[in-house]
Amino acid sequence: MLNSIGGWLTDPAHWTGPNGIPQRVLEHLIYSGISLVIAALIAIPLGVIVGHSGRAKWTVSLANSLRAVPSLGLLFAVALWLGPKIASSLAYVIPSVIVLVLLAVPPILSGTYAGIQGVDPAARDAAKGMGMRGGEVLRKVELPCALPLLLSGVRSATLQVIATATIAASISLGGLGRYLIDGLSVSDYAEMASGAILVAALALVMDGILSIVQRTAVSPGLTGKFRNTGDNRPVVTTTARGDASDPASPTDRADDQREALV
Amino acid sequence: MTWVADHIGDILWYAGQHTLLAGIPLIIGLIIALPLGWVARRYSKLYGFLIAGSGLLYTIPSLALFILMPLILGTRILDTLNVYVAMTLYTLALRVRTVADGLGAVPDSTRQAAVAMGFTGMRRLLKVDLPLAVPVIAAGLRAAAVSNVSIVSVASLVGFPQLGYYLTDGYQRTFPTEIIVGIVGCVLLALIFDTVIRAGAWAITPWQRVAR
Repeated sequence: MLNSIGGWLTDPAHWTGPNGIPQRVLEHLIYSGISLVIAALIAIPLGVIVGHSGRAKWTVSLANSLRAVPSLGLLFAVALWLGPKIASSLAYVIPSVIVLVLLAVPPILSGTYAGIQGVDPAARDAAKGMGMRGGEVLRKVELPCALPLLLSGVRSATLQVIATATIAASISLGGLGRYLIDGLSVSDYAEMASGAILVAALALVMDGILSIVQRTAVSPGLTGKFRNTGDNRPVVTTTARGDASDPASPTDRADDQREALV
Repeated sequence: MTWVADHIGDILWYAGQHTLLAGIPLIIGLIIALPLGWVARRYSKLYGFLIAGSGLLYTIPSLALFILMPLILGTRILDTLNVYVAMTLYTLALRVRTVADGLGAVPDSTRQAAVAMGFTGMRRLLKVDLPLAVPVIAAGLRAAAVSNVSIVSVASLVGFPQLGYYLTDGYQRTFPTEIIVGIVGCVLLALIFDTVIRAGAWAITPWQRVAR
């Protein structure tokens, strides 16, 4: 079995043309990327507003309750409803992107909201005391403080989107899911398994990249590197342990959010 | 509505399958996660390794994991064992962390009081630490239950019968009623799981009710 998968993956015919691996990876990344950008454009401002003002919290609960809806069902429902209304080849792309956006909004929204809302009021006060205006407080204090949770929301949204984009092959979307679905329909296990390996690898790589981004983008004042107040544990945690093993570090707590994911 | 009434027997059967596929891994996953979470807590050097390792598992998209299972287990593609094992892995991936964090959230003063009263080792873990960690573990379990119900429906693409069947079949036959039945069924099932876990946690933590 392993030989046939190895054979499939190394067959030069599977590395060129419109059904070739590079093309499929690119499609997968494009659909996922577009959906994530749209979702972030909706969810981040909304999360900032809700977290900052404390009003309209129902938007966050509504988005979170959406998580109970099976993504496969959402995909088929939207495809069936919108598909016939759209002529051209976009008939599959638009419904898929809509569903991917719907699935990516809740984690980003609740991450942003929780991040902004959880900013230490003392930090906010200090910023005001230093003469910062509302917009400045938001840009220079609240957003940087909210970044760990916000980014971990983006990270879970990315995983969710990559996984669902795979399933979207069943409504004829391109991307790596094609190998899984096409392989299934002709009972070609080598093709299915190769596709599955590629998808898993893509998800792992993207998650790795985002975790590096998370580590480098978050201010060292928050990651525990420079921390010496806050909780009662002795300080001097190194960076490496900082977010991986210290259960109290913000980046780490933020990962709890990944919980409700598919 | 008449369609639902006509097919209520089938719907319930699929819902039963769905409950098994989502519920059994939830229980097995929790049973395995308890000792692993305890180890992660007890030996802080292993914490990062166990949490990161189990988190990695969760990164793999569900459809891919279902398809890769036969490769790892040596089963056939339509063996239900694939789904059970894959779902257990997902549950485990999420649970190790909550168990570890739940045990870590037990106040030090409580732990010391227990030691002073003569609780040692295993008995303290079972009688003091674990019960006090129940609210955190239950909260994590609820999240896992909701996500399990949703993930199991994806297995219908491979051909495993459960409520997800109505989603794929409804789409193939362009029959929206079936898709709605599938979605509503999954949401209801998730709600039932959620309620059962909440009720269970409520029942085994009587002190939580007094404290408020």
